[in-house]
Amino acid sequence: MQITLNDYLFVAGTLFAIGLFGVLMRRNLLIIYMSLEMMLQAANLTFVAFSRFNHHMEGQVFVFFVITVAAAEVAVGLALIVALYRLKQTTTVRDLTKLKF
Amino acid sequence: MQPLFFWIFSIGMILCALAVVFNRNAVASALCFTFAICFMAGLFVMLSAFFLAAVQILVTAGAVMVLFLFIIMLLDLSAMEHAPRHWIWMAFSGLLALAFLALIGKTLATLPAMAEPPASYQSQAQVTAFGKTVDQNISQSRIDKGDDTHRIGRLLFATKPAPGETWESFTSYVAPFEITSLLILVATIGIIVLCKQEERPRPHHREEISREAPPVPPVREDREAALKT
Repeated sequence: MQITLNDYLFVAGTLFAIGLFGVLMRRNLLIIYMSLEMMLQAANLTFVAFSRFNHHMEGQVFVFFVITVAAAEVAVGLALIVALYRLKQTTTVRDLTKLKF
Repeated sequence: MQPLFFWIFSIGMILCALAVVFNRNAVASALCFTFAICFMAGLFVMLSAFFLAAVQILVTAGAVMVLFLFIIMLLDLSAMEHAPRHWIWMAFSGLLALAFLALIGKTLATLPAMAEPPASYQSQAQVTAFGKTVDQNISQSRIDKGDDTHRIGRLLFATKPAPGETWESFTSYVAPFEITSLLILVATIGIIVLCKQEERPRPHHREEISREAPPVPPVREDREAALKT
């Protein structure tokens, strides 16, 4: 049995769906952030699979950029979470209702 | 042999991803995430993206997860472990995720199955770049030689086309790369600004300030008297 592009895409889609599930279900900011990171990684897997099956190298270059930007984004996001924790002593999204209408 | 490894890596990755979402202990979640990233690096190796597999393990599984673990240990997350589960909300979000997955599966089922091309890029007759079809002699020239690291490096840093390559088919990502470095600089400055503690006056210093009498505004008669003498 040959592995096709669709198999890779389906695995990446499953990973994205799990990340979406985590973002929706969990209440803790850190876990939500990890699930977001997982969705980014699913997009990376799609990029690399398309790059391999279409003989493009551009896809891998884009994954390189995505990994770089994701690392910077994680650092900024975690700094924000720490600042929030200092202010409110909590990381649960339930307690962050300042912008609630 | 290859399908076996593909299924081992992908099923391991998906099980680890599920463990990230369902684990109550945040440290265990982070460890499961690291394992999922390692499995994904295995998938990258199977897709012959060796450089990205190394970068994935170094940056995402190494640096990013260490950062996550630092923050998890810095904050007190013990309240999370005893929080009650909201079953209705859980079922709703699971349904939404399953609907998304069904959408992806339905779309993929309509696509024709694309078999994996041969490992050697040079054996391919035609290479398409941004919709332009490049001639066979160009694809077999120097630009396609070398491993994936070499090719990514050429795409990222080359400022002029290689011998045998035309300017039309030449793409370079030097400018985005430099902009990324600027982005990292801005992120670093932002983090320092965010994490800087407000400088509070020390207690004894504050007492001194309060004990001091407020400056008395000069009385008019006094000033006139001083002027006379």
